[in-house]
Amino acid sequence: MTTRRPIRPVTREGHPKNPDPRPRTPRRRTAQGHANPPDPRGRQVFGKPASLKDVPTHFCSGCGHGLVHRMVAEVVDELGIRERVVGVSPVGCAVLGYDYWDFDVSEAAHGRTPAVATGMKRARPDLIVFTYQGDGDLAAIGTAELIHTANRGENITIIFVNNAVYGMTGGQMAPTTLEGQITATTPAGRTLEGCGAPLKVPEMIAPFPGTKYLVRTALNNPRNISIAKRCIKKAFQCQIENVGFSLVEVLSPCPTYWRLSPLDALKWIEEKMIPYFPLGEIKVPN
Amino acid sequence: MNHKVLMCGNDAMSEAAVRAGCRFYFGYPITPQNEVTAYMSWRMPEVGGTFIQAESEIAAVNMVFGAAAVGARAMTSSSSPGISLKQEGISYLCGCELPAVIANVVRGGPGLGSIGPSQADYFQATRGGGHGDYRTITLAPSTLQELVDLTYLSFDLADKYRNPVLILSDGVLGQMMEPAVLPEMMDGKLPPKPWALTGARNRLPNVIRSLYLDVDLLEKLNLKLGHKFREMEQQEVRFEEFNVTDAVLPPRPAGLSRGRHAPAADLILVAYGSVARICRSAVRRLRQAGQRVSLFRPITVWPFPYEPLATAAERAKALLVVEMSMGQMIEDVKLAVGRCRPIGFFGRVGGCVMSVEEVVQEARKALEEVQ
Repeated sequence: MTTRRPIRPVTREGHPKNPDPRPRTPRRRTAQGHANPPDPRGRQVFGKPASLKDVPTHFCSGCGHGLVHRMVAEVVDELGIRERVVGVSPVGCAVLGYDYWDFDVSEAAHGRTPAVATGMKRARPDLIVFTYQGDGDLAAIGTAELIHTANRGENITIIFVNNAVYGMTGGQMAPTTLEGQITATTPAGRTLEGCGAPLKVPEMIAPFPGTKYLVRTALNNPRNISIAKRCIKKAFQCQIENVGFSLVEVLSPCPTYWRLSPLDALKWIEEKMIPYFPLGEIKVPN
Repeated sequence: MNHKVLMCGNDAMSEAAVRAGCRFYFGYPITPQNEVTAYMSWRMPEVGGTFIQAESEIAAVNMVFGAAAVGARAMTSSSSPGISLKQEGISYLCGCELPAVIANVVRGGPGLGSIGPSQADYFQATRGGGHGDYRTITLAPSTLQELVDLTYLSFDLADKYRNPVLILSDGVLGQMMEPAVLPEMMDGKLPPKPWALTGARNRLPNVIRSLYLDVDLLEKLNLKLGHKFREMEQQEVRFEEFNVTDAVLPPRPAGLSRGRHAPAADLILVAYGSVARICRSAVRRLRQAGQRVSLFRPITVWPFPYEPLATAAERAKALLVVEMSMGQMIEDVKLAVGRCRPIGFFGRVGGCVMSVEEVVQEARKALEEVQ
């Protein structure tokens, strides 16, 4: 039997979004680590990864977090590290990571996530430690922790979800908000004068000898989603093989605060974000 | 093997932490606690531990958070301005119920202040200090030996209650040299920590969190923490009386009210930390001059020894609180004693340390008022 606990309906900023969780049928974990065993009649071809709890999501429709949560869980299953992985969730939309992942997770103060991960990895080098951070957590309030953790070359993995906006607090400007992008705190659109240019995080830390694997991916189409997962896996492998610091940036849709439909949000990634945040591996291990 | 060493306070505190099983120290330089970072930078690798000079006090306390979350004994230290930066982390440590030790080698404030010794962080240390409803056991040693012993104890207390413990040192204690007997190296067996994040092997996943969007759940956490703090108040109060206990009251004659009963001491000085040792010298001098003066010294400034101080105050005509602040602990003394005895105050601030002579003079003034 999988280890599950009932969770209360997850509310977002105090507004109940989901009714009571529907009763679920118990799942089994197979040798491959997949919670839903293949149907003997060969009908089921897809299921939840074992490292992902079977719970309703609190994320908005069209949000990319659910996908990235799932990709992390799939990678953890495929690498067989569920029993030695520890996640650190940020302050922001992904703070409730522990409600979704079925392995050990800690929260961290806003932006201090890489420092917390540093303490964990130094104290228990046998654990596989990753942080899961949004643009505000990583590139605004946590810039000092990011830069010095990267520069020390801590053997941790950072999953950096860049949706160019603060989601949890109501759609304010993020350090990665694009020029001209309208947010709650840039009603006339972000201007480079006064707000600065959107930060390109992997490029920023690429010169450090301590950083080993840096890549930018996107969730705008199935092909890129598949690439993103491969990169996340590579980043974890980098840590398992003690190569060193790895960071995967994921350009992720936020239809709610981009004021777009989920489909238009994907188009916006392609047409607006990717030209500024070019995809691909910025640094790979020698 | 126990052995007596001559060390400065900051070094002695560091070695006591190592001997208490601390293997992870994260710090950031600030005067007057720089000896701690320097000592730990070579001592930690020597005992198989880790030292990181963090990019800030904020990062250092969060590294402690991480190491504590996976079950290790971890410590950070700083001085007043740096401790202000750590308060966010201390609040999270309390909310997440993680054990850790934080040492404050207090210096003058506010702002950047001075690098001279001070006790101006009493409120911050004893009232939580950061945001939210929490307390931390706060140990205030007055000698190097006590600094060593309390540092050793602090790790056990932190593990026992799953709560950060503060060591309230100051610039005097940190910098002075004095002989102290070091405890033996602990055997390396830490108390079981089934809550720690060690990988979800053969158990449900562990979660370290302080976020509860459901207010009922947060209230439950607050009540649980409150229960823990009450337990600390019941079990962890520590104090010392100097020449108070030897001034035993004779049995009260029947029918005579307590107020008319002749007190056994005319004046009790109340002081903690390095100021208490100055007061102790003042008490000796005054006693030699035939004055009935005693000293009451809280060792835990939180939980504060309210009851013992109230009992001691019954034996005296008046109290004089001596602090290196504009008057912070005096509020706790007033809470303990109420209005039944006059409570005077003498303080030096800004990094200045009072002399024994100054305390003697202040005590004489206070004595004149009650005699």
